[in-house]
Amino acid sequence: MTALDRPGLDYLEVQGLTVEFDGFKAVDSVDLTLLQGRLHFLIGPNGAGKTTLVDALTGLVGGTGRARYHDTDLLSQKAHQIVRLGIGRTFQTATVFEELTVLQNLDIAGGVHRKAWRMLGARKGVPSYVEHALETVGLSALRNRPAGILAHGQKQWLEIGMLLVQDAKVMFLDETVAGMSAEERDQTGELLKRIGRERTIVVIEHDMDFVRTYADVVTVMHAGKVLMEGTVAQVQANPQVQEVYLGRRVEHALEGGHLA
Amino acid sequence: MRATPSREVLRSWSPLAGIAVFAVLLLVVAPAVLSPFRLDNLAKYSCWAMAAVGIGLAWGRGGMLVLGQGVFFGLGGYVMAMHLKLESAGAGQVPDFMALYGDGTMPLWWEPFRSSAFTLFAIVALPVLIASVLGYAIFKRRVKGAYFAILTQALAVAFATLLVATIQQTGGFNGLNNFSSFFGYNLYDPTNKRMLYTIAASLLVAMLLVVFQLRRSRFGELLVACRDGEERVRFLGHDPANVKLFAFVVAAVMASIGGAMYAPIVGIISPTDVGAPASLLLIAGVALGGRASLLGPALGAMAVGYGRSTLSESFPTQWTYFLGALFIVVILLIPAGLSSVLPRLWAPLRGRVGPARRLRESGATA
Repeated sequence: MTALDRPGLDYLEVQGLTVEFDGFKAVDSVDLTLLQGRLHFLIGPNGAGKTTLVDALTGLVGGTGRARYHDTDLLSQKAHQIVRLGIGRTFQTATVFEELTVLQNLDIAGGVHRKAWRMLGARKGVPSYVEHALETVGLSALRNRPAGILAHGQKQWLEIGMLLVQDAKVMFLDETVAGMSAEERDQTGELLKRIGRERTIVVIEHDMDFVRTYADVVTVMHAGKVLMEGTVAQVQANPQVQEVYLGRRVEHALEGGHLA
Repeated sequence: MRATPSREVLRSWSPLAGIAVFAVLLLVVAPAVLSPFRLDNLAKYSCWAMAAVGIGLAWGRGGMLVLGQGVFFGLGGYVMAMHLKLESAGAGQVPDFMALYGDGTMPLWWEPFRSSAFTLFAIVALPVLIASVLGYAIFKRRVKGAYFAILTQALAVAFATLLVATIQQTGGFNGLNNFSSFFGYNLYDPTNKRMLYTIAASLLVAMLLVVFQLRRSRFGELLVACRDGEERVRFLGHDPANVKLFAFVVAAVMASIGGAMYAPIVGIISPTDVGAPASLLLIAGVALGGRASLLGPALGAMAVGYGRSTLSESFPTQWTYFLGALFIVVILLIPAGLSSVLPRLWAPLRGRVGPARRLRESGATA
């Protein structure tokens, strides 16, 4: 509680969030506090409810319980309204607009802050926040290329760039580094560390190496419930986590990681 | 790389050159070389082209397959025709067909259309109102794709059926015809017919300019984004329903104005001009010309109009088969329409064509 009361510190508080599909509880009374400035990782086996949790918090599916952000209950808001509160997300498969250029993709993301009638004008020059996002995610050189030709990793960065232009204070990233090369992973991790200082970033991830290197906090989910939350070391040491999620094979890998 | 803005600006203005050439052909060359009869036909095609320009925006850029634009075409057409009918009848008089099919009394809702100002207002306001209400209900419920197309098509059928069924109020199957004057100008005078052509052609050019601006605007980019990833747009903080609604309303107004010019130019508006087949011919023109391009829809609609006239002169009964066959061939071989062929032929001559341009012009996603 003390951390939550500190002024200037942004947070999102989830209480008793439940998402039900025809009686099946994909997310089962989850409590979660997401704090600004730390890289929060959500891990868990397939079907643990990680993506569904994010779906509920971003308005894609309905849920019961509470998700408070700046005195607003996110569960009562529509998807585009939640975005306007400053909460953004990416998807497992990058969903950039392939026929639009990198620049146009970023520019569109900035539309949230524009008046409706201004939309009827053409874009003149490159807004400074778009320029800034281009540089931050390292796509300046590709600005005029259609997003469709970007490599998988670049598309994910473009999506993160779009969140930056949107000025999202809370970012949910769904398996962003999946399918990336080792080098791209490192670049992504450094990028998240850079932009994560003044933001609340939540990453859904399967790649344990990546989690180990960059996570400040890890929440382990299993069968719709939060199994535990803690640092990487705490999570790795927890026998319950090892049993239900990590399994024997990964346990070895983790131990290897410890030694290394 | 930093020198690109100037080139980008140049590219974003270059379609204006196309519109300028089109405008000169339409407003200067055509009246000089065409016979009054051909010019009159061209005026008619221009009316369809106006509706097509709107379809290009809604379908080509917004991904909404509007199969029932005849409804809005007919809305404008009937509003104008009612006014012309009342004007022909004279002050205080009742349109001839009402005495013929009914008891000679005029329904109350015809009365406001005696006023020229109200008529002009209604030609724009009525489609705005109806398309807004309709579009709001459709898009907020996230009806899209084939369901949207079928819905709009059904509306066209329903509208035509309604018109046929209300012979005492709307002239029924015969529609409204026999107009003698257009806002005080005698419609039998060739000079005035030429004036009608000039008005229609100018309106068409004006609409192209409107769509040109909408395409290069941020709204235009957002519309394409809605077409290609509606759900994603939601997560950019926009409600795609509002974006699509705006394009849908603009398209409806363009169709309505086209219809409003069609009535005095052709001299008749009837349920066959607004029903499903009429709406499909509009779509066929847009597909033929290239739905995602700027001039494609207008040129396509004019080509279909021309084909319709010429083929129906030589093959009065079979012409629709030719048109249908052409439509199928185009959809199969050049799905992005004829306007996509020219840049492709052009490309080798210029050496290269950027992938951005190629992608932009293909607009291949439905």
